[in-house]
Amino acid sequence: MKKDFLCMEGVSAETLTKLLDDAVEMKKIVLSGNKNTDILKGKTVATLFYENSTRTRCSFEDACKYLGATVTVVDVSTSSVQKGESILDTGRTIEAMGTDAIVIRHSSSWAPKYLADNVRCSVINAGDGLHAHPTQALLDLFTIREKFGKVEGLTVTIIGDVKHSRVARSNIVSLTTMGAKVRIFGPPTMIPVDAERLGCEVCSSIEDAFRGSDVIMGLRIQLERQQKGLFPSYGEYARFFGITPERMKLANKGAIAMHPGPVNRGVEFSYPLCEDECCYKDIQVTNGVATRMALLKWILED
Amino acid sequence: MKKLLIKSAMVGGKKKDILISGDRIEKIAENIAADGCQVIEADGLTALPAFVDMHVHLREPGFEYKEDIESGTRAAVAGGFSAVCCMPNTKPVTDNKYIVRYIKDRAREVDRAKVYPIAAVSVGEKGETITEMGKLKEAGAVAFSDDGRPVESAQLMRIALEYAGGFDMLVISHCEDLSLVNDGVMNEGYISTLTGLKGITRASEEVMVARDIVLAETLGARVHIAHISTKGSAQLIREAKARGVKVTCETCPHYFAATDELCRYNDANAKVNPPLREESDRLAMIEAIKDGTVDAIVTDHAPHAKHEKEGGFIGAANGISGIETSFALSYTTLVKSGEITLEKLSELMTANPASLVNVECGKLEEGALADVTLANLDEKYTIDKNKFFSKGKNTPFHGREVYGKVYYTLVDGKIKYKAV
Repeated sequence: MKKDFLCMEGVSAETLTKLLDDAVEMKKIVLSGNKNTDILKGKTVATLFYENSTRTRCSFEDACKYLGATVTVVDVSTSSVQKGESILDTGRTIEAMGTDAIVIRHSSSWAPKYLADNVRCSVINAGDGLHAHPTQALLDLFTIREKFGKVEGLTVTIIGDVKHSRVARSNIVSLTTMGAKVRIFGPPTMIPVDAERLGCEVCSSIEDAFRGSDVIMGLRIQLERQQKGLFPSYGEYARFFGITPERMKLANKGAIAMHPGPVNRGVEFSYPLCEDECCYKDIQVTNGVATRMALLKWILED
Repeated sequence: MKKLLIKSAMVGGKKKDILISGDRIEKIAENIAADGCQVIEADGLTALPAFVDMHVHLREPGFEYKEDIESGTRAAVAGGFSAVCCMPNTKPVTDNKYIVRYIKDRAREVDRAKVYPIAAVSVGEKGETITEMGKLKEAGAVAFSDDGRPVESAQLMRIALEYAGGFDMLVISHCEDLSLVNDGVMNEGYISTLTGLKGITRASEEVMVARDIVLAETLGARVHIAHISTKGSAQLIREAKARGVKVTCETCPHYFAATDELCRYNDANAKVNPPLREESDRLAMIEAIKDGTVDAIVTDHAPHAKHEKEGGFIGAANGISGIETSFALSYTTLVKSGEITLEKLSELMTANPASLVNVECGKLEEGALADVTLANLDEKYTIDKNKFFSKGKNTPFHGREVYGKVYYTLVDGKIKYKAV
């Protein structure tokens, strides 16, 4: 049976652990002088991004290349999508060319699932609407485990626009699966309704959010949200919800600050934090390639 | 520092002395020795915690010809108030920390009543985007309101209630559906029919009260309804409170001491928003005060220049200069008539509003803040607008006989008003 990777719900701790273990080996390849392997030689992967991306798309492409797979980049802006071709027809066309896996990003929640239900090749979700971003959650898990040697028992606090974040949603699920305690904080206009039922605790103040945390995870504030009036200004956001080296001192010793990128410097992360040694955003990017390699191997290896 | 001794005032029904040291009440007892104290002879006067008005318009900056912080706080202490919360419909609008700081600095310079600014909910009171509520709170704002205008967009109100709630700040809602106002200038009823002045339906207030209750209930948020004037608003709030909705409200003396009868002969001084209603509404306000539906009595002190009330009812500005008549009208209408006790009135005019905006108020007990008002409850006097300290002489109560004359107001233990 074909394997898809669409969301973190239903992915077991064993599977996640296996992927993380594999990613340890993959990271050695990424950091070595010779990145050419033939682990997925003869396999073809297509990337189909309906939304902008630097990190996710490039890291998938690099991951394919390092594994020896062929990668086809479907440029949505110059493809038949512009002629009005549906996601289903585009997907089936790509499949008909012999593609083994499609990596898709789409602004509509559940678009990857719809595609997966209608093609025979594997589908990997690289971010869908406000729903899920499971490969980001995977690389975040890896980064945390690499730093602390474990995930279980740690306290991870996600700060920012949790309500509109697919990154937060996937992270809450996978971190909880792996036994971490997840807490959230942000402007009340950006906290989802019934957040507690997702298995996370809502912090009562910014100080409370940092205290007792091993990991502080920032989320990108999108300009669009301010235009919709959910917070008054970047300045106010930075003042009351920003992550700074001073606030990091309230967290547990050795705590790290993570961010899925791209960071609005001076907003979610203060300028000094971006240069602080507790800031792991660039390490996350390296780990993004390694974990996507492990994922592609798990999905495509015969 | 010289201590202050209030001699022989009525405190909770008994004749006592109050010794004040600094800004605190040191002792309340019978026959405290005067040695070296400054003494206020208060025989015949009743001591009350000084009043706190959570809804006034001081008009500064921008409309100093109507009122300014100097004249407004002078009027406040003359009315027995030690603290007022001023609304943000200034010019420019109090929607940023610099204006909040200006108001506080100016009040400190003037050094009469304490002034707690209320900042705008939306930038420029335009109803589009919320203000920097966190920064405004840090600068000293005690609540948020677009008073003078409703927050028309329900979505903006939702955002405001949620966002302000995160800073534990109260949003005060001026409830008025402008489409239903429909160019009306007074209450829609018998008198408007008689006078031919266009009426404003009670529904214009009540639909928005209902909306805000629904929002507060759905979001689990706190909302405070400003200046309710109708029986229907009181009923909506009464029912919501019974369901556990976090809604509170205020009303003004003119809604329980007057009706639209005052508009019968086109007196523009009786033009106010929301408008004076009918006798059934007036009685409903008293009922709502008695049963706890109403949390606070405020003045909505809205001074205007003489020329703004001239030239006919239709074009006249809305508002009543009310801070110097509030206690006497409330005492006469509610306590003297036997509807509520003096203690209950004191709660409505001091402890409740102070608690809603989270500021300290006076209390007649040892160790408490020495914000004290001394009034002669039995003295009948005639309201004379020409004796107002406020620049705004716009009152429909000129010539009315009332009881409860304020003789002294102490703020932080210092005499800030003494009747001549």
